[in-house]
Amino acid sequence: MSERVAELRRRSVEAQASVSSERARLMTEFYKSARGLSAPMLRARAFEYLLAHKAIVIQDGELIVGERGPAPKASPTYPELCCHTVEDLELLNSREKIPYAVDAVTTAFYEQEAIPFWRGRSLRDQIFAAMTPEWLAAYDAGIFTEFMEQRAPGHTAGGGQNFRRGFLDYKREVEEQLERLDYLRDPEAYAKQEELRAMSVTCDAIIRFAERHAELARELAAKEAEGARRQELLQIAEVCSRVPAHAPRTFWEGLQAYWFIHLGVITELNTWDAFNPGRLDQHLYPLYRQDIDAGRLTEEQAKELLECFWVKFNNQPAPPKVGVTNAESGTYTDFANINSGGLMPDGSDGVNELSYLVLDVIDEMRLLQPSSNVQISKKTPDRFLRHALRIVRKGWGQPSIFNADAVVQELLRQGKTPEDAREGGTSGCVEAGAFGKEAYILTGYFNLVKILELTLHDGLDPRTGRQLGPHTGDPREFADFDALIEAYAQQMRYFLDVKIRGNHQIERLYATQMPAPFLSVITEDCIKKGKDYNDGGPRYNTSYIQGVGIGTLTDSLSAIKRHVYDERGMTMKELLGVLGRDFADADDVRSRLMEETPRYGNDDDYADDIMRRMFDLFQSGVDGRPNTKGGTYRIDMLPTTCHVYFGSVTGATPEGRHAWQPVSEGISPVQGADRNGPTAVVKSMAKMDHIRTGGTLLNMKFIPQVLEGDENLEKLLHLVRAYFRMDGHHIQFNVVSAETLRAAQLHPEDYRDLIVRVAGYSDYFCDLSRALQDEIIARTEHASF
Amino acid sequence: MHHWEVVMATAEGMVFDIQRYALHDGAGIRTLVFLKGCPLRCAWCHNPEGQQKRPQVLRYENGTEKIAGRRMRVDEVLREVEKDTIFYDESGGGVTFSGGDPLVQPGFLLELLKACKGHDLRTAVETSGYARWEDVAPVAPYVDLWLYDLKLMDPERHRRWTGVSNRRILSNLEQLAASGAHVIVRIPLVPGVNDDRQNLEATGRFVASLGSVGEVHLLPYHRAGMSKYERLGVDYTLGDTPEPAAEAMERLAAILQEWGVRTKIGG
Repeated sequence: MSERVAELRRRSVEAQASVSSERARLMTEFYKSARGLSAPMLRARAFEYLLAHKAIVIQDGELIVGERGPAPKASPTYPELCCHTVEDLELLNSREKIPYAVDAVTTAFYEQEAIPFWRGRSLRDQIFAAMTPEWLAAYDAGIFTEFMEQRAPGHTAGGGQNFRRGFLDYKREVEEQLERLDYLRDPEAYAKQEELRAMSVTCDAIIRFAERHAELARELAAKEAEGARRQELLQIAEVCSRVPAHAPRTFWEGLQAYWFIHLGVITELNTWDAFNPGRLDQHLYPLYRQDIDAGRLTEEQAKELLECFWVKFNNQPAPPKVGVTNAESGTYTDFANINSGGLMPDGSDGVNELSYLVLDVIDEMRLLQPSSNVQISKKTPDRFLRHALRIVRKGWGQPSIFNADAVVQELLRQGKTPEDAREGGTSGCVEAGAFGKEAYILTGYFNLVKILELTLHDGLDPRTGRQLGPHTGDPREFADFDALIEAYAQQMRYFLDVKIRGNHQIERLYATQMPAPFLSVITEDCIKKGKDYNDGGPRYNTSYIQGVGIGTLTDSLSAIKRHVYDERGMTMKELLGVLGRDFADADDVRSRLMEETPRYGNDDDYADDIMRRMFDLFQSGVDGRPNTKGGTYRIDMLPTTCHVYFGSVTGATPEGRHAWQPVSEGISPVQGADRNGPTAVVKSMAKMDHIRTGGTLLNMKFIPQVLEGDENLEKLLHLVRAYFRMDGHHIQFNVVSAETLRAAQLHPEDYRDLIVRVAGYSDYFCDLSRALQDEIIARTEHASF
Repeated sequence: MHHWEVVMATAEGMVFDIQRYALHDGAGIRTLVFLKGCPLRCAWCHNPEGQQKRPQVLRYENGTEKIAGRRMRVDEVLREVEKDTIFYDESGGGVTFSGGDPLVQPGFLLELLKACKGHDLRTAVETSGYARWEDVAPVAPYVDLWLYDLKLMDPERHRRWTGVSNRRILSNLEQLAASGAHVIVRIPLVPGVNDDRQNLEATGRFVASLGSVGEVHLLPYHRAGMSKYERLGVDYTLGDTPEPAAEAMERLAAILQEWGVRTKIGG
């Protein structure tokens, strides 16, 4: 790592995250003065206003420039979507974990201007006002969450066009479409005109934004004494004058062009999963090759530029949340997830020299952001996977590993073309998408375990005493296991309907009030259709519901089947009694339920068949249903940190879990229930049909000794390959002993830099909530035999 | 599926554990099948629950009990072993029969090996080598790899530490090697028991004289099995024996290498 990068990295890691009021002030000013604009034009002019007035930042030593806020890690807020309360700001400023510094000026601005103006106007307020009582009750009970209540639909990644076209090109295309509008015969012509004009405004805005950086760089250069830095600043100025107006011609221009686009997307709205460059190695490679061949660039320089680029991601902590969602997802990570390897659109192997260079960058930088993954297809050389696993072995959870062939199959099943599927990959945690062409919106987590709790109480939530679901019968009178499953299915269908009805309303609110013309410009087919990203403009429009707790659900049902229906050693009445008092004075019953139940994750069909059945039920309950944008619903099986929240609202469960404890995460087995080693785990996981999802998440934890030496690493490689032969979607590893994690709990001051894999991302262990720390410790540790 | 020979799928034997994703007992990802019973009584044994032919009870600290040893049929064992076929395919792994000493149940072992071969699985056998040649010879054609323990070269010392003479062990090894079997010799190195120059010199000389022995693996003594002794209610007599240092292992390996023997530390 060069001295420059070491210094940039140090400053980024040490910078304290803060809340900046810059964006909120500009947005409030703009909205107060805006009159008579259609929704797309309002958003486009707001974008233009922000980029024209926000502070421009170029820091010492930087090669890639531009910040979302007025300084690194100064995170803006988005009051038009959700407006922080004074209490929110105080909490952010004072909480022990994941704090954001808030100064008095910001709080005063919120109190005096932002809150009075945005109250009732913010989209969040409108969403909650629009939801049905059934939706609100289920939401409060923790049956599902809602992603769009304070962040905008994003869940997408950039395509190759970001590295091949400039915004002048886009603008020309927009103008052509405007020319072609048929105002006489197309009833949507006016709407399209407004959308296209809005897109055009954002093209100009981003070009001007880059030019402001060029101007500042020239100013700084003028003040700088003759020397290397002065030359660099002049070069920065040249790059920023060129891109993103024009298509990038060099490696440096390619990175800077993308970075401006990234800033555009995350400034326009607080899109989920930030944004990411998609298949970075593949898109940058032609520029890299040309520069290297022409002698303009060395491998060392390319690496330094990439590392400067990496720092920019780390400078952008997730926008601070409001209200209860704070508890659901406490992290600075904003889920930009860089893909390497995989396939080329023509189906050939996508690994190139840059792919290896990117892995070296990941290894050297060791940053929370960006997150990184490798896409492994059957065509991927072993040495690439091995290289990645050597980094995985170091124990901080990156990169995660995806099955490119499964991702392609999943996307094909959803109707994508082979080329679009292969240029796709995974973003956020594990979500498959056609990069640059698809809005694949995660709408919320769905608490599969809570549904069981309601089923066992005839639709009543024992935590609150409220009848939330339909009456599906007294479980003590169910004739058999199938009757129980049928009741579960009814409860699930009911809550899926409630969720999806809410989703439809929220989709319409975004489509009509929060279009994203800038994101639309760079997402294919939006220009062609004259439609917004949030209104069905992209080539593909998918909505997701993410199932959480399949492990806990399976083991719970397995326990009921075994003890109540098959062996009849316990009645449903007894079981419900014990659960109702959270196993008080029933240690023996609890241990019987835990020890004498076939558990998911052990390659035991008794349990795994139940998993398959429940997966099918959930999958078929969601898959293929229409959304309001001409697309369809699909499922993902991933939790982020929601398994902790869902556990905290769910009472004791029949597999021995105590009330309010986390449920299982991703598709992983219940923490500690898998006892037959890693091959049995992945066999069980592979019994789920991953191809019918848009992503599954499997966490495995190894003690470091199991991966020591070349031979053991090779066996890990074979484990991954075998899982992928069975169509597993994703696997990620924690390589750290429980002992180390416990020591870190006791002496956090000595373990500040300990990074662990949480769900689809890595985080500093000491920054995690105690509940999440305990949950990670409880995951089965695969040791050596 | 091609069956070489008739397999007695219903033949039964005593198994005390089956472990998947075993990393140190042959090439690739392997499943270890532990057969019960051992003619030796090594003080350092890390599977003491496998020593007796009959089931043994382990009493855990929390009061629960586990019985080590249950009768299993060949087809039952195979069903477990075959669960990881995809991992064997991917890694070049297979099944390893261990113990105890699997040659204590020669008929069962033979049927298991035949069944494995009938299912096209790679096989390995981990043994003390203490068996009648008449029991070794029939199984040998079905074994792809022998992991053959050689604890001490001196017959008297061998008897003192393991309870039996090493005469049969050495002669079986000679015969196996002469037949061209693929053998890896393994030496559990226990400080104060067999880590002296004299023993390693003698081992080196002996191994060098054998034709087909591929290499020697030196396995450093570890105390991982100690808690099992308590659970079995048996004294652990090597209580304060230290685990050998890495440098000491290197030194001992060098002695074998002087004899031209390919030597590796660890399994």
